[in-house]
Amino acid sequence: MAKLLDAKKLCAFYGPTQVLFDVDFSIEAGQITTILGANGAGKTTTLRALCQVVRTTGSLDFNGGDGSVQLVGKATETVVRMGVAHVPDGRGTFTALSVEDNLKLGAYVRKDRAEVARDIDKAYARFPRLAERRHQQAGTLSGGEQQMLAISRALMLRPTLLLLDEPSFGLAPLIVTEIFRIMRTINQEDGVSMLLVEQNANLALDLAHHAYLLETGTVALSGPAQTIKNDESVRRAYLGY
Amino acid sequence: MKPLDRKWVWFWSVLLLVGLLVLPFLVKNYRVFQFNLVLVYAIAILGLNILTGFNGQISLGHGAFYAFGAYTAAILMDKLGVPYWATLPAAFVVCFCFGFLVGFPALRLAGHYLALATFALALAVPQLLKYKGIEGMTGGVQGLVLTKPEPPFSFRFLDQPLSADRWLYFFSLAVAGLMFLLAWNLLRGRVGRALIAVRDHPIAATAMGINLPVFKSMTFGVSAGITGLAGALGAIVVAFVSPDSFTVNLSIFLLVGVVVGGLASIPGAIFGGIFIQFVPNIADEISKSAPAAIYGLLLIGFMYLLPMGVMGGVYKFWMRMRTKTAG
Amino acid sequence: MEAFLHQIFSGLANGIIYGSVALALVMIYQATHHINFAQGEMATFSTFIAWALIQAGWPYWGAFFFTVAVSFLGGLLVQRIVLRPIEKAPVLTNVIVFIGLLLIFNAMSGMLFDHTIKSFASPFPKDSVLASKYFSAHQLGSAGVLLVVLVGLFLFFKFTSVGLAMRAAAQNPDSAKLVGIRVSWMLGLGWGLAAAIGAVAGMMVAPIVFLDPNMMAGILLYGFAGALLGGIDNPLGAVIGGLVVGVLENLLGAYVIGTELKLTVALVLIVGTLTLRPDGLFGKKVVTRV
Repeated sequence: MAKLLDAKKLCAFYGPTQVLFDVDFSIEAGQITTILGANGAGKTTTLRALCQVVRTTGSLDFNGGDGSVQLVGKATETVVRMGVAHVPDGRGTFTALSVEDNLKLGAYVRKDRAEVARDIDKAYARFPRLAERRHQQAGTLSGGEQQMLAISRALMLRPTLLLLDEPSFGLAPLIVTEIFRIMRTINQEDGVSMLLVEQNANLALDLAHHAYLLETGTVALSGPAQTIKNDESVRRAYLGY
Repeated sequence: MKPLDRKWVWFWSVLLLVGLLVLPFLVKNYRVFQFNLVLVYAIAILGLNILTGFNGQISLGHGAFYAFGAYTAAILMDKLGVPYWATLPAAFVVCFCFGFLVGFPALRLAGHYLALATFALALAVPQLLKYKGIEGMTGGVQGLVLTKPEPPFSFRFLDQPLSADRWLYFFSLAVAGLMFLLAWNLLRGRVGRALIAVRDHPIAATAMGINLPVFKSMTFGVSAGITGLAGALGAIVVAFVSPDSFTVNLSIFLLVGVVVGGLASIPGAIFGGIFIQFVPNIADEISKSAPAAIYGLLLIGFMYLLPMGVMGGVYKFWMRMRTKTAG
Repeated sequence: MEAFLHQIFSGLANGIIYGSVALALVMIYQATHHINFAQGEMATFSTFIAWALIQAGWPYWGAFFFTVAVSFLGGLLVQRIVLRPIEKAPVLTNVIVFIGLLLIFNAMSGMLFDHTIKSFASPFPKDSVLASKYFSAHQLGSAGVLLVVLVGLFLFFKFTSVGLAMRAAAQNPDSAKLVGIRVSWMLGLGWGLAAAIGAVAGMMVAPIVFLDPNMMAGILLYGFAGALLGGIDNPLGAVIGGLVVGVLENLLGAYVIGTELKLTVALVLIVGTLTLRPDGLFGKKVVTRV
């Protein structure tokens, strides 16, 4: 079975500075893959490279259902329209618009109005706090609520692949547990494939099926998440616990 | 920097200095007069850059401070017989106070709101200067005619005399040099960092103990003072002030000078001065019927070529050279 | 009392014009988060095009709608061709380019249509049943046109997904791209709409102040002041702001200061208001978390 995404010799640049060096990784359909690593390893850059927000070279083969498509060189908007939704670090919500407007915008490229309305209801059912604040400016929400909003907005696309950049960042542990539980539900019930970048390796390895470990822009290690989690020497050497 | 590099810097600096000193004797008087204006505008642009480039407060009204400086100098020289060089510090003080006062309401405005407020100030100035009530001092619509200061000694060099314009050239060069040195000194230390901190992250700056209202008003004051001093120098160089010399166009030109030279750059002010003095003339020569259109085209073209101004382009070029030699 | 009322109504009539210019400025701001200083000159140029068509024998409303359509296209093209290369450049670089556009459009008006003052027809006949003691038929007609435009814009921004997308693209272009919005085209659309509105404003102004290349200069400033007074992100506020500015200008000119200083004083009063209410009278306070 073809992989959902196949990255080969991926290099990424911020201006003249190279940050990723010939990175190879792949994502299986229906699975949660996680990318771990220390600060500055290039995790966020990998997600940005996928969305073509930064300059990249190499190959990104995406099999979203319409056959194989090369992502490198495409505009971000085009990549999104192929079914890739990105929850960026910092949430990226439209702070001056209402919660409901944010959700509507998530479904901007879709034409099926009835289904969109149904998805909005589903988002409110999943995150009751958002329902309470549906007409509030998104900028007035707390960090946890904004994260819920950001994830919901990304799901409004009905994406084939969901990219999440450090969803646990800056959130209270209780909220983080809640959000991770919901992510597992989304993956199991709706079959959404996910690529998760996380600093909290423990949480990420519990959730994911497969894991990659980045170190200064290259893949240092990869394997099934449980294997990496149970391998003490790996954990101590690379993850610090 | 390698020792060899330092030798080259010294060499080119000395060469530049000698060139600047000899320059007025190589060209006609009118050209010297134009160079004087370049220096005057450069100082004015420096003042504006401190406010807009380093501190992020947009002012479309700095022509007002220039005008006030010019009129301060003119009135002091014409009505009170003050020697020309003494009017410069006076103009600085007057405009500093004025700018500081303007800075207070400006605290509550940002971005385009501030742009509009300062634009209103620029519009007001010619009207205020024409006001009949103070005609006795300002000379009303006709303005004041001043006498160009005579050079304190005479000599000839390369068969050209030290004329009034040439003397003013050296005077302006000295003043400009002093202002640039003071600015550089001010900006490379704590004050400079604070300015930029306030520009980029006002909340964080406050959290670090910068008293925002006082600081921003002081910045306005210093910026206005420097531009006012330039105005005074301009009045001496042109030997004439009138309300219609200080329309909104001047404020817009100063802003153009800041962007063309490079935001938050001290040497950029010189390129800005050269641009706003000479490019309108070039536009005039290209098309007598629509010089403004040509000027507009040149402005747009310049922004495409060098969106970060001249100094931005220089910096980019240098960076490219360095990565080439490093790699 | 009669004279006072007359001043107010006259001010309102002017205010309608300032309001439509303010609307165009708010339009561009909502789409691009930039203030287009060349708005006035572009509107004048559009009005000249309409004038030329009418001179060539076109019926008024034919020329009107054609000019609006051409202006829309023109605004779109200006954004795509002139502004796109500097989309990523700092704000002030864009401001300088706007100033350049201002100069070019102004010069083009002068070059193609010369500087003699021209009269421009009003589509609302003088002796219409609408005319009254306080408002001429044209003033009422202009108000009606402006109302139509305003309602259309309100509906567009509030209820269509393209309108929402435009607002999103202006506020947060990066996030907008991540939901699939073609941000660059949204900017072009915003410019097109603003140019179209500007054309309407120009064609409403011209019968009153007569048509020449510098027609819109002062009006742009009042429109700008009105837009800020009403809140730069609020179309209805912009129109109300424009009306307030119109009345203020008239009252000041008649009762306080002569015509020369009234511009300054009006602006000073507006600035004063802004220091008390920095988001404008009707602007929405945007909360940003640190």
